[in-house]
Amino acid sequence: MESKKNYLTNGHTVGSWLLTIDHKRIGILYLLSVTAFFMLGGFFALLLRLELLTPRGDLFTSDIYNRIFTMHGVAMVFFFMIPAIPAAIGNFVLPIMVGAKDLAFPRINLLSWYLYIIGAALAFVSIVMGGVDTGWTFYTPYSSTYSTSAVTSAALGVFIAGFSSILTGLNFIVTVHKMRAPGMTWFRLPLFVWAHYATSLIMILGTPVIAVTVLLVFLERAFGFGFFDPRLGGDPVLFQHLFWFYSHPAVYIMILPSMGVISELVAAFTKKRPFGYEFIAGSSLAIALLGFFVWGHHMFVSSQSMYAGIVFSIITFLVGVPSAVKIFNWLATFYKGSITFETPMIYVLGFFGLFMVGGLTGLFLAIMAIDVHVHDTYFVVAHFHYIMVGGTVMGYLGGLHYWWPKMSGKMYNEALGRIAAIGIFLGFNLTFFPQFIAGYLGMPRRYHIYAEEFQIFNILSTGGAMVLGLSFIIPIFNMLWSLKFGKDAPANPWNAKGLEWTIPSPPTTHNFETTPIVTEEAYAYAPHDKGGH
Amino acid sequence: MSTANTKKFEPLQHHFANLNQQYECASLGMWLFLVTEILFFGGIFLAYTIYREMYPDAFAAGSHHLSILLGCINTAVLISSSFTMVMAVHTARLGKKHATTWFLLLTLILGCVFLGIKAVEYTEKFTHHLVPNNTFHFEGFDGPGIRIFYSIYFALTGLHALHMVIGAVILVIIMIQNMQGRFSAEYNSPIDMFGLYWHFVDIVWIFLFPLLYLLGRHA
Ligand SMILES: [Cu+2]
Repeated sequence: MESKKNYLTNGHTVGSWLLTIDHKRIGILYLLSVTAFFMLGGFFALLLRLELLTPRGDLFTSDIYNRIFTMHGVAMVFFFMIPAIPAAIGNFVLPIMVGAKDLAFPRINLLSWYLYIIGAALAFVSIVMGGVDTGWTFYTPYSSTYSTSAVTSAALGVFIAGFSSILTGLNFIVTVHKMRAPGMTWFRLPLFVWAHYATSLIMILGTPVIAVTVLLVFLERAFGFGFFDPRLGGDPVLFQHLFWFYSHPAVYIMILPSMGVISELVAAFTKKRPFGYEFIAGSSLAIALLGFFVWGHHMFVSSQSMYAGIVFSIITFLVGVPSAVKIFNWLATFYKGSITFETPMIYVLGFFGLFMVGGLTGLFLAIMAIDVHVHDTYFVVAHFHYIMVGGTVMGYLGGLHYWWPKMSGKMYNEALGRIAAIGIFLGFNLTFFPQFIAGYLGMPRRYHIYAEEFQIFNILSTGGAMVLGLSFIIPIFNMLWSLKFGKDAPANPWNAKGLEWTIPSPPTTHNFETTPIVTEEAYAYAPHDKGGH
Repeated sequence: MSTANTKKFEPLQHHFANLNQQYECASLGMWLFLVTEILFFGGIFLAYTIYREMYPDAFAAGSHHLSILLGCINTAVLISSSFTMVMAVHTARLGKKHATTWFLLLTLILGCVFLGIKAVEYTEKFTHHLVPNNTFHFEGFDGPGIRIFYSIYFALTGLHALHMVIGAVILVIIMIQNMQGRFSAEYNSPIDMFGLYWHFVDIVWIFLFPLLYLLGRHA
């Protein structure tokens, strides 16, 4: 009786969702929660852009403005971008991709969602209590000695959400090692799985460090432990070291899963095995590894020795190599491919454009001399938005459109999807490209009152943000529309390869009626590609 | 493991092919968890290293004030508890239910002895104003870093003690499960996995003890 039902219809009560141990349902729970935080973070962004329309402080005081950009960062980084692709999309498709019935630890998977929700609730409480004014980085002594805002609950929220991330990473690693179907060798794994494996390594190696760092800040605030307080012999820069030891790799927690999505999309919409599969797979691991040795590039002007700075600068440049390996391999895959331009593919192209601008300006910032010039300006803001929005969000939305038929069993509206993808690309560039110029000319970040000469850039930026914001609403509408009016999705709407396309849309609770036996490589597309290399 | 079952307990979960796969997953998962624990403690060990380098005299003065006797006793207690834990895992693999219960109980008692002695040490710190808060006061050494030493002392030993408390709670749970006959020679991985955790907590102490109590004492 159970086999007739798919995972969505197998139980309709609230309890059947909130107590589910099905990785697909947990993925959907994550999808809903991260979307909520995306909208919350977007709302704060809207307030920021409205305030910045004029050089004067029209809407908010400095103090309120500090709180708004902090809450924008906290919501977007910790509660949207870090969990978005791994915990929502990865949770759903990764076990199916390796041919498993579920993740290795289904209950721990559910626990991770609850930890996320508790962390999110605490962050929300701190918003209600008036917000945090430290910036999303919680730098001491802003967050310890001099803070008057609700740092404790926000930090506790980040601390708890961190454990949800650790548990997801741990679950993925064990699943990839031990739950692969017969015949699913390491080099038959989809590149999405490789990317998530690398991401999971960062999650389990980096996240505990931010957890303990936040704990030390908490102890300092609550009891007067002096780790970061110079009056008691502590050193606030130690906080920066510990914080960036996690938070630089955390950028790769956000970007690597997106790169995994892009690999899948490139293969599916060129109908080819990605060129240099092994190199794309290996470059994920290389990025994860190198990512742990570059944290000092955030501290070029924080009393770090020049020689340490040089080393961090060089290693930062090295990260460009595996990143470029990916880009060039994807582009090479297009050669002689049967390319089609469905919505996910538009996001892929958007990703290329934005990620390359973000990546190359990252190299500017890795040069110490230039970094001193543009440090703490809008140049930096533009750079990391190109990486995070251009990289992560494009991959996230592309992936969401690609797997939506599998998740929901419905087809979204293709025309609307394309319009949104193009709107996001244009709106994004209009928002953030002017910020490169404003930053280069010297407009500092985190101020709401600025010199008149920067107003033109800010008007462009706010205009772009409106386009961007409206375009972001379209996919949400499109997905909801499809649930009611969309056509039923076939098992494989894209004629793509991969185990997830061999089972019904939506899948049954246990994914596979019988354990699949894998006999071919991940992207075994039509024969004319076989002789391609 | 904790779902309420009216039926007989079924050790194999639905998504695994066999008990061996389930065991391998649990084992790898536990080791990965311990890796995250190392990094978690690692942040404070890093702080220790840096501040010890900055304030060697303060750290020497601080460690002089810790009771080497109580520290030694506690080290012996913990190592013994690791031994009884090994024996619990060993007897569980042989399916000797009663012996396993006794060894788990012994482990629990030793863990509680450790926590008791730790409580005595903490009480002494409280009465002498050595807790790093506004009443902090240290006789015999004046200068920066002494409060940092005690901050690190409390952060490290406190976090370690918290792990011991969590361990004790889990010990009680698996002891009850063992008495109910849930484990057998074929299925005993929870005891095995808990053993890994317990040894890890033990090893953390093996590092804490010399770093806090012994190093720099004769400086
Ligand atoms: Cu960085």
